[in-house]
Amino acid sequence: MNAKALILALFIAAPAHAQSFAGLGEDADGFAIPVPGTTFDFPTDHGPHPEYRIEWWYLTANLTGADGRDYGVQWTLFRSAREPRGGEGWDAPQSWMGHAALTTPEDHFAAERFARGGTGQAGAQAAPFAAWIDDWEMSGEDTLDQITVTARGDAFSYALSLDAQGPLVFHGDNGHSVKSAEGQASRYYSQPFYEVAGSIETPRGPVGVTGHAWLDREYSSQPLGRTQSGWDWFALVFEDGSRMMAFELRDTENAAFGSGSWIEPDGMVRPLPDGSFTAEPLETTDVEGRSIPTRWRITYPAEQLDIEVGAINAQAWNDLVFAYWEGPVRITGTHSGTGYLEMTGYE
Amino acid sequence: MLLTVTDITKSFGTTRVLGGVSFDLAAGRSLALTGESGSGKSTLLHIVAGLEAADSGEVRVDGAVIPNNDKALAAYRRDVVGVIFQQFNLIPSLSVADNLSFQARLSGRVDASWIADLTGRLGLGDLGQRYPEQLSGGQQQRVAIGRALAARPKLLLADEPTGNLDENTADAVMELMVDLTRDAGAGLLMVTHSDTRAAALDAQIRLSHGQLI
Amino acid sequence: MRRAALLALLSHWRRQPLQLIALLFGLAAATALWTGVQAINSEARASYDDAASALGQGNETRLLRRDGGPLSPESFVSLRRAGWLVSPVVEGSIGGATLLGIDPFTLPPTAASPNLADGDRLERFLSAEGLILAHPDTDLPTGLPVETAANIPIGQATTDITTAWRLLDREDFSYLVLSANQPAGLTPLAQLAPQLQTVTIEAGGDIGRLTRSFHLNLTAFGLLSFAVGLFITHATIGLAFEQRRAMFRTLRALGTPSRTLTGLLAAETALFATLAGLIGVALGYWLATLLLPGVAATLGGLYGASVPGTLTLSPSWALSGMAIAYAGASAAAAASLWRVANLPILAPTRPRAWALASAKSRIRQAIIGVLLLGLAALIAAQGHGIVAGFAMLGALLFGAALLLPLALDTALALAQRFAKTPVLNWAIADTRQQLPGLSLALMALLLALATNIGVGTMVSSFRATFTGWIEQRLASEIYITAQTPAQAEAARMYLETEADAVLPVRRTNARIAGAPAQIIGVVDHPTYAQGWPLITASADPWRAVATGKGALVNEQLWRREGLALGDTITLLPGWELPLVGVYSDYGNPEGQAITSLAALQARVPDLSPLRYSVRTDPARIPELRAGLEEIGLPSGNIVDQVEVKDVSLAIFERTFLVTGALNLLTLGVAACALLTALTTLATMRLPQLAPVWAMGLTRRRLAGLELGRSAVCAALTFVLALPLGLAVAWALLAVVNVQAFGWRLPLLAFPLDWARLALLALLAALAAALLPAIRLARIDPSRLLKVFADER
Repeated sequence: MNAKALILALFIAAPAHAQSFAGLGEDADGFAIPVPGTTFDFPTDHGPHPEYRIEWWYLTANLTGADGRDYGVQWTLFRSAREPRGGEGWDAPQSWMGHAALTTPEDHFAAERFARGGTGQAGAQAAPFAAWIDDWEMSGEDTLDQITVTARGDAFSYALSLDAQGPLVFHGDNGHSVKSAEGQASRYYSQPFYEVAGSIETPRGPVGVTGHAWLDREYSSQPLGRTQSGWDWFALVFEDGSRMMAFELRDTENAAFGSGSWIEPDGMVRPLPDGSFTAEPLETTDVEGRSIPTRWRITYPAEQLDIEVGAINAQAWNDLVFAYWEGPVRITGTHSGTGYLEMTGYE
Repeated sequence: MLLTVTDITKSFGTTRVLGGVSFDLAAGRSLALTGESGSGKSTLLHIVAGLEAADSGEVRVDGAVIPNNDKALAAYRRDVVGVIFQQFNLIPSLSVADNLSFQARLSGRVDASWIADLTGRLGLGDLGQRYPEQLSGGQQQRVAIGRALAARPKLLLADEPTGNLDENTADAVMELMVDLTRDAGAGLLMVTHSDTRAAALDAQIRLSHGQLI
Repeated sequence: MRRAALLALLSHWRRQPLQLIALLFGLAAATALWTGVQAINSEARASYDDAASALGQGNETRLLRRDGGPLSPESFVSLRRAGWLVSPVVEGSIGGATLLGIDPFTLPPTAASPNLADGDRLERFLSAEGLILAHPDTDLPTGLPVETAANIPIGQATTDITTAWRLLDREDFSYLVLSANQPAGLTPLAQLAPQLQTVTIEAGGDIGRLTRSFHLNLTAFGLLSFAVGLFITHATIGLAFEQRRAMFRTLRALGTPSRTLTGLLAAETALFATLAGLIGVALGYWLATLLLPGVAATLGGLYGASVPGTLTLSPSWALSGMAIAYAGASAAAAASLWRVANLPILAPTRPRAWALASAKSRIRQAIIGVLLLGLAALIAAQGHGIVAGFAMLGALLFGAALLLPLALDTALALAQRFAKTPVLNWAIADTRQQLPGLSLALMALLLALATNIGVGTMVSSFRATFTGWIEQRLASEIYITAQTPAQAEAARMYLETEADAVLPVRRTNARIAGAPAQIIGVVDHPTYAQGWPLITASADPWRAVATGKGALVNEQLWRREGLALGDTITLLPGWELPLVGVYSDYGNPEGQAITSLAALQARVPDLSPLRYSVRTDPARIPELRAGLEEIGLPSGNIVDQVEVKDVSLAIFERTFLVTGALNLLTLGVAACALLTALTTLATMRLPQLAPVWAMGLTRRRLAGLELGRSAVCAALTFVLALPLGLAVAWALLAVVNVQAFGWRLPLLAFPLDWARLALLALLAALAAALLPAIRLARIDPSRLLKVFADER
């Protein structure tokens, strides 16, 4: 038994009593609870929120190499709090976990890092903006408009420059994103309009890349309902410049809960309430002994959208302490384009 | 009288083997005891030899009743009688010379010149350092006779001593045994099923169904 | 027909139940001893694997400051930010234990951390109060949040770095663990952190190497017991063959093909092997559960290796037990089967031929024996290492065993020459003739006796040396460990006025010649010069130590590194001293060095100041104890000499408990072998005994001679076992011990032990002969008379 598997518990498992409200905006352990109608305060909100249990800086990028091949890159920093306070020192009750991955049509490389908070080994700050763990770093302007991202594992590395071509996008009710019929929610916004240039390196050697990227920022104290077993999350970038974020939280007892956003090329957002779109697995692939849906049909009647979303590399399995599928996808059908798919809970 | 056997009875379980047998034998004389298989002749010999106890009756040697306790019986076997069986008379782990003198030494009556005389007359002069298993059947029985007589027993008892030997060898062995017994002044009681062998002795008695006839 | 033939063959065993029991017992005992030892070994090995992968035991590379000083948290963070996968560890002493503070977030997967999976362990581990994980036998001060964990070595406690900092009152790291896999393209360490150096800790260097010898020892015992069990099996199978010879002939004459008969006998053997194997594995399991706590104590006491005291059933050793039962039965039955296969239908019957080996084969055996002894001598002169040591022991023991029949025969032949009475002469001659049949059992007895003498002498020598050593070594009357530096100072001031002397005990962990070691700093006091038994020393070594001009090392370090007086030893990076003496240090698996306290203090300023040893009039111990308790020392932290000695000796005794138990078992099995052999021989000896009985020996007298014969054989075997056992003891003390433990012990003679063992051997031989003898004393004369009449 490796202690790291236990560290996972710090990121995934919310204590059972976390759901019970002790007061407005606060749970029994004193953690903040997302409240609808709260306005964001930037650049502060780009930095960490130690009063919330869990938070992430989540970047995915669809890239094309100078060699003409498709690539996908993931860079994620998770924060998890044991107590609702930040602060300096080795006893600060914050934990950090980093995931970085690079997908090619044939290979998938993934790496992870862990750190305790308060030591400087990992952390995030709003101004000047930076989020890091070890030598993996995402940093740049306070507005997040221009940032750079680096990470490396045993067999890969990447360094990317990102330039935002549109505004920040707020999901749900102005950033209040509901996760279940019971009302679990998070604070959730994105920067889906990055243009990317940079380089990646695999065991085949370095390649220059360009493409687009999507940054998600989310924090919450109520990660999932008790019967929710995992999620399928889509971030799709269409060739006409519109974008779509959609997720379904699978449930062991109830119907899946779906939510998302339709994003116009100019950044205008329309929330997708539960039931407004469908996501249906078409094909599964055997990945590390598990059956994973790697081809999906998604329909969104309001936009006459009926597309198939297929994995560029069906074996994009992040074989980490907390293992899940995460990789670039190609879109065909009424709309075409590329995007990212994340699927968890397929243990 | 050297040997007086009076009214000996013996049963094995419900089978009566000897039903009151009496006879006697004088010193220097030889007596053949014949009978069918199972007539009880070997049992009678064993009783006289002190190897088995009779149910009733008595055996006297030189007028003394043979004892009935283990220790005294062993002394009787050692000092008073010499027994020759059909086979396995010799001690396999001892040489011929040691076998010859064994009983004499046990009874404390070693007479080197008598043993030398016996060795010579039995034709065992060259075989002293051999071991029993290296000898032929006739040679083994000759050693057995010498061994039995070396201690100068009063009574020599033989149970089919030539039973395992061919005719010529048997004749030679018989002759030696009778001669040597006579010369030693001992009495000889021999069990045999062969009337020819019995005829070579001074007297004959016959057992049938536990009775002398 | 096969069925009928098989039933005929098996009917033999119905009429001879005792023989069946002996056969099954022999095979089952052999299997049980083997399986038991295997079970213990595999259990212990499994726990070493756990322990070896635990922090501080496995193969790992560490980053240390070149000057030996602590590392700052900033240096850790800057290395991580540069991409280097390192994880901090802080190490310090707490109570009698080593406290390791770790960072579970960064600890590389190769250095498995303690099991934090249970319940809310991780939460508590990282909490403000903290959680300390330690083996149940680890000595920790009371009042700490301790929880037991089986996979942490005894004497070590693991906790979060923040908890360790609080308890050790520091905020830095002892070293960083360097992960085996590092990302490509990192800035070299030499450039990033020139003040640091990497040190690789060899895997298994600590527990694995030390315990290997112990297990080899156990395995050797297991094999020996197995061999002894096989003697029994061989004897019974041989007897059953001989007794059924007439039946085989009849079956052959009735038309059973030789191949079928051999096949049936093989099937019968397989049947018995299965039965005995199952019994043996079950017995072995039971034996292992009985012995394992002792083994655990031994390994814990001797090496600090932690082994659970309970056994988990593993199919691997159960299967190996069955396999060894089949192998053993085949080996024991092979000769008999071969004879059956080649049995002529009309062979003349030879009554006592079954085991009658010719003088020729005795000579051949003896030649092989001499060759093996030569080989043993060669290995002793040329060999290296513990395996060579055991190979030498094996060659010695089996060489001697092969020589036994010739030696016994020669001794008996000599005795026969001086035997005056015909009965004695016959008895000796008869014994000589029985030797081939008895020799296997006697060889088993010889091996068991020699091992007993050898191991017994080793243990007793060790005990005597150890006791003497501890008498000298524990010169101080009281040993105290304060809880805080302030309390230590108060105690020192109190003792300065009340006691004869207060000697600070200051030690630090270090690595000398790449292996873990301790450095002890001592003050200039006659206690040391008088008390520490030195093996070798230059002139006035304690003066050199007191002035900081020399260092003493323990025997283990001295032998391992092949040091000579005057050689330079590097105690800490940059601190080199000449070797001025070597002292005995039994029971310590690690290297150790003694030098001047002042010099040590100058290099390691943060030595724990909590321990003192106190010289005083023994009559004043209670008074001083009371005084110290008044200052606030817990009574558990005040230990007097007598207690330490008692504890040390108790550990020592526990250590050799298993050895003693196996020793006795082996002897018991050898006695059984003798019993089987004698019972076997008794039934075929009637032709030898009948003529002697007919010529005037009572059955009782014959029975007495049988007893005497067995006693004489045992006594002669003992006489031969004595020098052999001493040779074994020498090999154990001078070769195996040095390799296994790093110390050499003087060979001491224990005639009383030998006398006791001789008596035991005689009793065993008499006990083995008793049953056949009683039967003989009571045998029906008609059975003896039958010998003369039966055609055989």
